Amino acid sequence: MNALLEVQGLVKRFGGVTAVDDCSFAVEAGSITGLIGPNGSGKTTVFNLVTGYLPADRGQILFDGRPVRRPDPTRLARRGLIRTFQQARVFAQLTVLENLVLASPQTWWQAGKPRVGAAERTRGEELLAEFNLAGHANIVAAELSFGQRKLLEFAATLMSRPSLVLLDEPTAGVNPVLIETIESHIRRLHDEGLTFLVVEHDMPLVMRLCDPVIVLDRGCKIAEGPAAQVQRDPLVLDAYLGS
Amino acid sequence: MQNLFIFTLMFAALGSAWNIIGGYSGYISLGHAAFFGVGAYAIGITFTHVSIGSGYRPFYVLPLVGIGVALVAVPIGWVAFRTRAATFAIVTITLLFVVQQLAYNLRSITGGSQGISLPPPSFPVATFEEPFFYAMLGVLALSMLASWWIRGSKLGLALLSIRDDEDRARGLGVQTGFAKMVAFALSSGLVAMAGGVWGYYIGFIYPQFAVDPLVTIGMVLMVYLGGKGTLWGPVLGAFILVPAQQYLAYRLGASNLYLVGYAAVFLVVMLLLPRGILPSIAERARRLRTRRLPPDPGRGPQAKEVVAS
Repeated sequence: MNALLEVQGLVKRFGGVTAVDDCSFAVEAGSITGLIGPNGSGKTTVFNLVTGYLPADRGQILFDGRPVRRPDPTRLARRGLIRTFQQARVFAQLTVLENLVLASPQTWWQAGKPRVGAAERTRGEELLAEFNLAGHANIVAAELSFGQRKLLEFAATLMSRPSLVLLDEPTAGVNPVLIETIESHIRRLHDEGLTFLVVEHDMPLVMRLCDPVIVLDRGCKIAEGPAAQVQRDPLVLDAYLGS
Repeated sequence: MQNLFIFTLMFAALGSAWNIIGGYSGYISLGHAAFFGVGAYAIGITFTHVSIGSGYRPFYVLPLVGIGVALVAVPIGWVAFRTRAATFAIVTITLLFVVQQLAYNLRSITGGSQGISLPPPSFPVATFEEPFFYAMLGVLALSMLASWWIRGSKLGLALLSIRDDEDRARGLGVQTGFAKMVAFALSSGLVAMAGGVWGYYIGFIYPQFAVDPLVTIGMVLMVYLGGKGTLWGPVLGAFILVPAQQYLAYRLGASNLYLVGYAAVFLVVMLLLPRGILPSIAERARRLRTRRLPPDPGRGPQAKEVVAS
């Protein structure tokens, strides 16, 4: 096994609060790694550090075996690391198809080409069909329901054929049927070779889906391993339930 | 009358150019009057020493002024784009006052508060304003062409995504920095070209009129009135607001009361059509059309086609 993403000694302080405190972990290629922890344990901050939305105070990030010197969301996305957000962020004023086309990699000399190229349209429509959004290609994303936006956001991350997708609470606020849909999409894409790092609060889902599971508490990794093992770990129980 | 028409065209061009950055990407630049002034001074300084008028030559130089100012805008944008939203507006308005101060104080170049006077060209008296009219029309056409082209291109898609959610666009690999810079430079260059025509037409260039906050506010208001992010919105806004402003200035005389009337027009529009005229009309037309259609169970009530505005 080789690590697709490796985080070494990550530290992030907000004033006097240390949100991430000397955190190290690795995401193996081809895994669905779960990242869990109580509220405020630093999961989203870790996401923001890894994807370059926040500068880390200390620590190193390696992606695909190479160190990421100054993490920057755009550059990382182009190297194959893409994330989603908790609140289903889509471009409300663009059409559903444009939401996807936007996410396909562009070089600057293509800036003057028409908004939607033929190849991108094909790829976009393919993805929309996979995600059951085919009938909505030409409406603006503002008119989608919350669940549909979640799916659209997920589909958009796949447009550039990334190697690692970071999902920030993919099932937050969606109904049970859609949770199953999203779960099956993750499984299918995983079978196709995509690696996932998932932050999730729905424990049954994490237990079904993720292996290994990394547990954070107060910005530190306190446990790592298969779901069943982590579930019994006294440190983890302590962090969630308090002693 | 022709004078009014030239000013209307000028603000239509300014609005269209401003719309490229302010309307599409949502970055409200309040410093564009600085580029307007630089354009005016560039033409003024170049042709001030020609004793018997410069004829059509300043018009030929105009594209160079546009390109030059677009290049100057790049390092300025590089600094300004470190900020967003309200901070960006403040940073850019600072640029306006910096350039105005420079115009006052670099006396050897700009003539300071004495200004620059350009010898009037020897155009026939009866059709004196025609060349300026066509030059302004040309700048407007160029601005609208740029705006139209960007609207339909990947650059436009990137700019619109920045307006919606810049952070997510970055996360998807959209080259937001490049898109903003191109839009800003293009927009600045076009505004400078309009400034160049204006400077030659007016013939007297003073710091307080060439680099005037009211010019910035004018172009922004017109875009908001007509509909930001649309191709024709800025033009429509200019054709309503410039004549209205002139009429009010004429009716209310030398007092600055006309500015109150000007603001009132704007307030009424903001209350009734907050998104601007064109988007509001498009929205209303769309609602009417969907109401008339029988319910379509296959696509549901949400499945409305986008109205291209």
